[in-house]
Amino acid sequence: MEETPEAPAVDEARQAIIDKLTTELGDAVVGSHIQPGHDVWVRVTREAWRTAGLVARDQLGYRYFEYLSAIDWLPSPFGLSENSPTDALPEASTEIVTGHGGGDTRFQVIARVHSLSQKMGIHLKVDLPDDDLSITSWLPVFAGVNWHEREVHEMFGITFAGHPYLRNLYLPGEFEGHPLRKDFPLLARLVKPWPGIVDVEPMPASGDDAEAEAAEATETEEAAG
Amino acid sequence: MTALTERQQLAYANAQAADGRVNLEFETDEGMTLNMGPQHPATHGTLRIVLKLDGEQVISCEPIMGYMHRGYEKLVEVRTYPQVTTLVNRIDWLGSFANEVPFILAAEKLMDIEAPPRAQWIRTILFELSRISNISLFVGDMALHIGAISAAFYAFRDREYVLNQIEAATGGRFHPNFDRIGGLKDDLPKGWIADTKATMNKIRDFCDEMETLVEGNEIFQTRTRGIGVIPADVALAYGMSGANLRASGVDWDLRRDEPVGLAWNECDWNVITHPDGDSFARFWVRLQEIRESTRIVDQLLDGLPAGPIMAKVPRIIKVPEGEAWVATENPLGEMGYYVVSKGGLGPFRVKIRTASFNNIAVIPWVTRGVYVPDVVTILASLYFILGDIDR
Amino acid sequence: MSASLFGIELSYWQVTSLRSLGILAAVLLPAGTFVYLFLFKMVSFMQSRLGPMEAGPFGSMQLLAEVGKFLQKEDIVPERADAKLFKLAPYLVVSTVLLVYLAVPFGPEMTFVSNFDGGIFYVLAVSSISALGVLLAGWSSANKYSLIGGLRAAGQLIAYELPMVLAVIGVVIQAGTLNMQGIVMAQASGSIFGFDGFGNPFFLTQIIAFVIFMIAVQAELGQTPFDMPIAESELVTGYITEYSGLRFLLFFIGEFASAGAFAAVAATLFLGGWAVPAAWADLDSAIFNLLGPLIMLTKMLILGGLIFFIRFTFPRFREDQLQKLAWTVLIPISLANILVTTILKVAF
Repeated sequence: MEETPEAPAVDEARQAIIDKLTTELGDAVVGSHIQPGHDVWVRVTREAWRTAGLVARDQLGYRYFEYLSAIDWLPSPFGLSENSPTDALPEASTEIVTGHGGGDTRFQVIARVHSLSQKMGIHLKVDLPDDDLSITSWLPVFAGVNWHEREVHEMFGITFAGHPYLRNLYLPGEFEGHPLRKDFPLLARLVKPWPGIVDVEPMPASGDDAEAEAAEATETEEAAG
Repeated sequence: MTALTERQQLAYANAQAADGRVNLEFETDEGMTLNMGPQHPATHGTLRIVLKLDGEQVISCEPIMGYMHRGYEKLVEVRTYPQVTTLVNRIDWLGSFANEVPFILAAEKLMDIEAPPRAQWIRTILFELSRISNISLFVGDMALHIGAISAAFYAFRDREYVLNQIEAATGGRFHPNFDRIGGLKDDLPKGWIADTKATMNKIRDFCDEMETLVEGNEIFQTRTRGIGVIPADVALAYGMSGANLRASGVDWDLRRDEPVGLAWNECDWNVITHPDGDSFARFWVRLQEIRESTRIVDQLLDGLPAGPIMAKVPRIIKVPEGEAWVATENPLGEMGYYVVSKGGLGPFRVKIRTASFNNIAVIPWVTRGVYVPDVVTILASLYFILGDIDR
Repeated sequence: MSASLFGIELSYWQVTSLRSLGILAAVLLPAGTFVYLFLFKMVSFMQSRLGPMEAGPFGSMQLLAEVGKFLQKEDIVPERADAKLFKLAPYLVVSTVLLVYLAVPFGPEMTFVSNFDGGIFYVLAVSSISALGVLLAGWSSANKYSLIGGLRAAGQLIAYELPMVLAVIGVVIQAGTLNMQGIVMAQASGSIFGFDGFGNPFFLTQIIAFVIFMIAVQAELGQTPFDMPIAESELVTGYITEYSGLRFLLFFIGEFASAGAFAAVAATLFLGGWAVPAAWADLDSAIFNLLGPLIMLTKMLILGGLIFFIRFTFPRFREDQLQKLAWTVLIPISLANILVTTILKVAF
């Protein structure tokens, strides 16, 4: 949940992480977000990506590598693919709205490192400009990043400079396109729309009271709207 | 072997080059290339391992996956939240229920709802049952890979008791799809608690049996001790998790250290570690973990709170905007979901962090210089499920 | 040339046909019994399952069904295989078994070659031929798994032929003859420290040689814990990976028939062969030509049960661990055994 501004919960341990990274990296920390008691996001500049990893590993003690991936923030032009393939696609917004820690670009690389002694993890994010989808590899920082970077390379088309061996991990060698990009259509859905989308299963609520449920649904609609 | 004609060699090399995943050259002066998999008894499905051998010694090793890649991260983007559990069930198909839990917890975290205590306890019980069913198969499977056939049958026999209990509670032996956002689909059936306790006794007997039949066997020990040693530093850098990490002496268990709302903290159990980091340690740690799981299940069954099994959730689930990461200690290791929601019916992006993917990334490092039979030992002891690698 | 059996005069062709039938029975009967009794049933009960139950009562006809299945299968020779050697290999393996049985006596007159003086020497020599068949199969299949399996088999043979021979030497010293009929008689009419109530079966007085011999047999047969040439979890199925249909069946028969053959040899060397202790009955009576094979089969089943019990219980060694066991443990012990046997033989 996003924290409401009037009651900012304080998470000193996680704030300390951000402070430490800021002192080490200076201006390279461009955004951060804390979910008190749960998680912390730190967004760094592309140039400081490897340095951020090294600082987290050596100076903060975050030696456990969890994963590295990427997010394509472009809203999917296909939605949930619930429409008939013969119809024209509905007008979809192309506005980029990024999540925790902010961001300016369509593609973000995200990685998580963990400290076993402090029992906390950091999400590190970095923006990648559309015209140059490349970033320095973390391979010298965490050995386990190898396959993760290969996966991101084939799925998003992001290049990792310094990775010696960016071949496809899952897809056949001659595969074209980057499947996890939002503008890559899920062909199975284009051929035949997913019938299950209308079939939302009723949840067995504890009261089992249809009216109460209906009221709740309306409330949620209002809250969401 | 008759020599290849030049044309055949060219065709073969071209085919290899087209398959861009293959790193090793076709035939070079030094060594012999041995293709283990994608259909090989030791690879649990369709992992392919290309070994470069000198005699029987491994010079280099390159795992190639993707033969079972189902693109779940793309597929969940076109599904609603309740539909996702059906998919993620199939990631680690031997411990299916455990796959659902972290995703549901991530969705609950984003929606800021919490399942009632009874649901959390039952979730924990089923989570541990799927761990037992998964790991008891590992025990038999590891023995099978080392060459002892009978242990595998005992494992299948006793795992069936656990699957029966899972089926009795959820209706599905393999893919329960039982977890719902805000709770569970159903309450436990009548008489289930007593049956499950009896099953836990059988599983403890199974552990004793395996300790004498497999673990205590001298040949098993010579085959596993000192084979595939992974130091703690390497394990951490590769992001290994679960029993593989604990077998390297790292005292780390998400169930104890970062419980995510489930009931592990309510009972008394131990995190098992082993300092050696070799194949034997990994086997030993897993076998002991089954025992600990039976203890957890027994205690949770005794203290099962009464109450509803479902929190108040709207009929149509819309998850508010936000990002959440939830990881749990699954049978294979740490499994985490990074869920990005844009406030719609379905998730915007889900990154599935599976244990096996990180665990087997260490294979090229650890198999250097070992013999072909040790490759099999190491593969078996690292314990991966193909669905957990390829997703 | 003529011979007599139970007082009936037989001409040469009759003797020859009887012998041919006899050796087929000697090879196939124990092999079939082993497969049904141990592979199908004993193992199934060990592994808490029933085994085949459909074909015949308690699945007793399963074996015939299996044979029928294999005969129907397509006979495949891989494209790049060395076809001649590939086809030759299974026959070589099976013929080894036939040759081993030649020297084994089944009764006072029930021998294929009567009074074979070099008997045990000959058995040890021909039993190695099967490894040639295995090596051929591994090499000619044009498959890397087969090749590794074949090479492992060859390495295993060299390592385990030696302890086997050395173990047999102890028996030979004690019996004072290489003739297998002589060894049987030495056990039946022998005595242990003057007590001759049950003769002198060598598995008591040559217990070390017996254990080493059985370990070597296990390795020679390629049964777990020494099944590295097959090693289905590592090498798919080793040297038989590429075989199918009839040729696979031949390997299969060869495996179990040679288990029978080695059980027969071991029974002869250590359990007293076809004979019962001489104190119990007159071994020269013609009835032992009938009883002998039955006694022999019983003893073979006991040893076969041992072989297969171990096979389905133990994990598998690694190739270098096997070599280490052979050269650093078994061979020194068997040499010491020979030394001790010699000293005792001279002393008593």
